[in-house]
Amino acid sequence: MNNQTTITRRDFLKLSGASALALTALPAFDGQALAGFLGSEQAANQMGILIDTTKCVGCRQCQAACNLRNNLPPLPEKILPNQTFPAQLSATAFTNVQFFQTGGAEDAPVFTTIKRQCMHCLEPACAAVCPVGAIVKTPLGPVTYDAEKCLGCRYCMAACPFNIPKFEWDSANPRIRKCDMCADRIAAGELPACVQACPTGALEFGPRKELIAQAQARIGKNPDKYVPYIYGLSAVGGTSVMYLAAVPFDQLGLNVNLPDSAVPELTLQVMDKIPAIAITVALLAGGVAWWRGRKTRAGEPESSIEDAEH
Amino acid sequence: MFEQSLEFFTEGLTLAGMVLFRLVLPLAFMFGVGWVLWRFFAPEAVPQVKGARPESFGAFITRVRELPNLRVPVLSSGQVLALFIAIMLWIGATGFLIARFFWGLETASAMSDAMPWGLWIAFKLSFVACAAGGFTFAAIVYVFRLEKYRPIVRTAILTGLIGYTVFIVSLLIDLGRWYNIWHPIVMWNPHSVMFEIAWCVMLYTTVLYAEFSPALFERLGWKRMQKIMHVITVPLVIAGVVLSTLHQSSLGSLYLIQFTKLDPLFWSPLIPVFFFVSAVAAGLALMMVVPCINARAFHCENKQELIATLAKPAAIVLGVYFTLLVGDMLVRGELRTLMAPSAMSALWWVQVLFGIILPMALLFTPQAKSEPRVRYVAAGLVIGGVILERFNVALFGFSEYLGSLNTTYVPSFGEWVITLALIAGAVAVYVAAVKLLPVLPQPRHELAAKPVKSC
Ligand code: SF4
Ligand code: SF4
Ligand code: SF4
Repeated sequence: MNNQTTITRRDFLKLSGASALALTALPAFDGQALAGFLGSEQAANQMGILIDTTKCVGCRQCQAACNLRNNLPPLPEKILPNQTFPAQLSATAFTNVQFFQTGGAEDAPVFTTIKRQCMHCLEPACAAVCPVGAIVKTPLGPVTYDAEKCLGCRYCMAACPFNIPKFEWDSANPRIRKCDMCADRIAAGELPACVQACPTGALEFGPRKELIAQAQARIGKNPDKYVPYIYGLSAVGGTSVMYLAAVPFDQLGLNVNLPDSAVPELTLQVMDKIPAIAITVALLAGGVAWWRGRKTRAGEPESSIEDAEH
Repeated sequence: MFEQSLEFFTEGLTLAGMVLFRLVLPLAFMFGVGWVLWRFFAPEAVPQVKGARPESFGAFITRVRELPNLRVPVLSSGQVLALFIAIMLWIGATGFLIARFFWGLETASAMSDAMPWGLWIAFKLSFVACAAGGFTFAAIVYVFRLEKYRPIVRTAILTGLIGYTVFIVSLLIDLGRWYNIWHPIVMWNPHSVMFEIAWCVMLYTTVLYAEFSPALFERLGWKRMQKIMHVITVPLVIAGVVLSTLHQSSLGSLYLIQFTKLDPLFWSPLIPVFFFVSAVAAGLALMMVVPCINARAFHCENKQELIATLAKPAAIVLGVYFTLLVGDMLVRGELRTLMAPSAMSALWWVQVLFGIILPMALLFTPQAKSEPRVRYVAAGLVIGGVILERFNVALFGFSEYLGSLNTTYVPSFGEWVITLALIAGAVAVYVAAVKLLPVLPQPRHELAAKPVKSC
């Protein structure tokens, strides 16, 4: 195991064993894993990825490894230097290294590179909105997708604040595609393919709690080098994938205007009222129908309902 | 062991579901419709003699054409044109649909990863809003027992039924994995708005068909079924009201979670309430026009005095809608954005001025009672306004967000053709239903005298 990870193999196996148990114990209503998940014992032990953009050199090894692991078309041999390729995430690219000019002169630009992929939100919008629970937040941290259940309604795409899930628009049997934090690999005690491929240690995998402590320590040790925030610590209620950077995050294409509360919150508040609304409306309508119909029952001639037109 | 048997069970269930939904139900439906048509055209000519030779197809056509109760229609040039356009649309749509189902959604639509919901969603939202007349009038007649509206309740329920059927058909076209459409029945995520809508629409469409079934039973002369329906009508209607309240508003809730993308002029925490109130307004408005179109097209009794009494309630609903909209703008402090000239604020003002204020003023005037024309204009404005609202929320409100991603969304030709073909289909089904079934108001003696409806 890579010595950069902050978790020992024994701990990790113990953890995955426990979560495997928890997985089988989960009842059929997968979506329930969502509400109140934050702050639970499992959330504390969730795994995550810390991406330190100051260590990233833009070599795209992570991209190549990801494409290999996911059977996606390999990267072309030659890619223009200092360019994001592919320009956007898509059904055939779950991750990309994005280049942003953050300094230097016109003729000698300085780029910061940032690897993007699914953030694996602690309370994912995509999982909250999926009508059939095809997307779930697993106890280990990955947000995974099951095509067998999916309807292809694309609500997950519309709801994701990071615009991550992509769709196979050219298929008669289309799937949602996105990074799954290599859920099968980490369940087997391995590192995500991209993390394993990174030659500089810009990507680190481990329990989210420990990654946060480590990130804070790095900022504390090098206050001149880092901006004093961890992106993903609290955005949309926290994400499993987190970023460190030397420049403000909005210069790296990250949305800094996202709220700190979980995105599904408001919807859940509304959904919670539904039973009450249903019962109220039913009682009201029933009451009115009974009140207005009492004359008929008292023996006055009843107009026949089946002859609607009279 | 347990897991294997579970898998076996679910697979068996899936298979059974597929056979049921894709084979048994369509076949049953086809034969059912065929049988009804058969009875309608020639109940007495069905050969009764055992061993008699079945008649040839040509002979059948000739006999049907000569049936006394079948009036081969003489079409006006306008009707011929409409029919021509409809048929062209249907042919075009068939082509696009074949492409869409064989080679993926991109062949027929301009939707993209940045804009996963397009014209079809806006269209669906509009259609369901206009179909709200079904539950509104069912409630008026069966819950509030305002008997005077009974003559138009079947028309209202029919518009609702067709609206929801078209909704489901267009959903099948829109869903990437449409063959999984039944999954919400067995796979639950109660946190999902979409899940709730799936259940409500499924149940409510069933309720609508049940509410409408007396027309069919009456046509077939099934007295017993009519009696049964009579007993369960009120509970059915109440269920329909509950389901409609829930999903009409939930269609708005779909957008709550998209606050990072939808324009703040159109995103509001009250969006479910707006959707519900405006759907009621659209339903009322639609029922102010449809009966008059019926009277013209099918030469049945024109219920103008009755329709006139709808003007005030509709105006009041519009007033509520307006108060909510403006109050929400005040509370959220978006008034300044409204005053700033932009495409979005222009859309908002058009919707509010022409879709709410103007028709409200028109409907409050005394002329709304006496002048049918005033009502038509007002109702048209209301429907246009509600459709514009749905398009604002579902399409236009995303333009700034799409701009930030350096893309745009313009519905493709295929999307338009399929949408218009569905609308043409809805109209055709409506006309067929009105011609075949006792839907329209009509004096009782006529009904008794003529077994076949020809309003
Ligand atoms: S980033 Fe988007 S796709 Fe990934 S977990 Fe969060 S909401 Fe879901
Ligand atoms: S497209 Fe599939 S995964 Fe996404 S919300 Fe719809 S059913 Fe769920
Ligand atoms: S975690 Fe796995 S799927 Fe996600 S970007 Fe890395 S390699 Fe790709």
